[in-house]
Amino acid sequence: MLSKGRSLFVYIVLLIGVVISLFPFYWVVIAATNESGKVFSKPPVLSAGNMLLTNIINLNEAIGISKVLFNSVVVVVVFTALSLIVCTMSGYAFAKFRFKGRDVLFGMFLVSMMVPYHALVIPLFKMMAAWGWLNSYQALILPNLAYPFAIFLMRQNMLAVPDPMMEAGRIDGVTEWGLFTRIILPSVKPTLAATAIFLFMFQWNSFLWPLIAVQTKEMYTLPVALSSLFGLSRIDYGQVMAGVTIATGPIIIFFLSLQRYFITGMLGSAVKG
Amino acid sequence: MRTKGYVPYLFLSPALVLFAIFMIYPIIYSFLLSFQTSVAGEMVPAGFSNYKRLFSDQIFFTTLKNTFFIMIIQVPLMLFFAIVLASSLHAVKRFKALFRISFFMPAVTSLVAYSIIFSIMLMGDGIINQFLASLGIGAVPWLSHPWWAKAALILAMTWRWIGYNMIIYLAAMQNIQESFYEAASIDGAGRIKQFFTITIPQLKPVILFTAILSTIGTLQLFDEPFTLTKGGPSDATLTIGMYLYQTGFRYFDFGYASTLAYVIVIMIGTLSYIQFKVTGDE
Repeated sequence: MLSKGRSLFVYIVLLIGVVISLFPFYWVVIAATNESGKVFSKPPVLSAGNMLLTNIINLNEAIGISKVLFNSVVVVVVFTALSLIVCTMSGYAFAKFRFKGRDVLFGMFLVSMMVPYHALVIPLFKMMAAWGWLNSYQALILPNLAYPFAIFLMRQNMLAVPDPMMEAGRIDGVTEWGLFTRIILPSVKPTLAATAIFLFMFQWNSFLWPLIAVQTKEMYTLPVALSSLFGLSRIDYGQVMAGVTIATGPIIIFFLSLQRYFITGMLGSAVKG
Repeated sequence: MRTKGYVPYLFLSPALVLFAIFMIYPIIYSFLLSFQTSVAGEMVPAGFSNYKRLFSDQIFFTTLKNTFFIMIIQVPLMLFFAIVLASSLHAVKRFKALFRISFFMPAVTSLVAYSIIFSIMLMGDGIINQFLASLGIGAVPWLSHPWWAKAALILAMTWRWIGYNMIIYLAAMQNIQESFYEAASIDGAGRIKQFFTITIPQLKPVILFTAILSTIGTLQLFDEPFTLTKGGPSDATLTIGMYLYQTGFRYFDFGYASTLAYVIVIMIGTLSYIQFKVTGDE
């Protein structure tokens, strides 16, 4: 282990790292609770003001933040739930069955992780336009439901569920669906949580595709709305930072409440590689 | 196992159907589009003209240079510091969970949100320049100078992703046997030497994995330059991803945009292949 002097040094380095990692979050909250001009005042304002409500009201007038937030929540919740079902089912098939074409199909999902999203957005845009689905929730939800990394994560962790447990279930006459829901799912709960966070974060933060698929302000998601607000020629920084707070707060709460599963899920998948 | 043969296919079917519609079909469609051009709103065959156009397109070469410049500096820099951070965290005993969560926090923020935060912090009279001034360093023209704008992107991206990579390394470090370090200590190897002779070689497959992920991410770089620097000043931070977006959705030249998309696909494929070859694993 480390000597006392060395370990103090390491702690100081880590602490500086923590300050750098967390300061921007603190500063966003400060900026969101103060007037616009205060972000540039000298010396810098580093304590919270009382303008948060005003900034949020202005933000709502500027981009209809309540509708935007509603859009983001609907898209993310529906997406996460559906994707979790789809990816868990296919992870199960890959982990617990031998069937023709299994390795080819699994390999195809893995390789698709390397396909840049840019290569898909133009055809996806044309497809959605042809179906009349631009500016719709389904346009934002459907394209990424079969999320390769989630399938991979579920499969890796389901491999560890012992086969005899399933055999015993089969002998007892449990249906195939019953085996999946009553034996497999309860044994991979932490992975389900980790995967849910991944999917939630992916969709909540997704920008390029919503920017393309949505053209009317009423259908904006948070990142698109923030980007449009930040692209104006006269920027109200208090408003923007209130928007950033609204876009970042929920994901941080979601992450902090499930972080134990998330980090173990991630550690687990890396360990089994 | 005695199960009916169709059972696994039933479990797979939703993913396969979605995958065929929203992944396989678009990839093929995009490939075909890259050989077409738009004439009066209709896509017509154009042979290799889009691909030929690449070679005389100055903006394309600028975006290529920008993307590679950012990638070559940012990826090794970030991965190196992530490993250093992970081994520091691995060595300490107390507050581990707290450090871990703090370092990971930036990785949960949306790319647009953190780009906005950094853009405001890096403005001429922003808080970062005020901090530098208090250290006696003059104001840095982060967003108005071509070179510094790239540095601003690199700085922001490193902040966002370092903790993410650190967690991956930390997981892998738990698998390195303590006896390696003990043996090295007996042989008189110091901490720094152990880091380079044990930690880094043992992490090689994981470093490869993170290097590929970061390379893929940087080649597609879009959200950050779009928001933080808006591609400027004078195209200094215009990336291939941004150029593709502009071509496709500002000028509606879907054919040429698809060609640019395939350039990204080919580069990702090639670079991943080289990285596998160089490190010689699997």
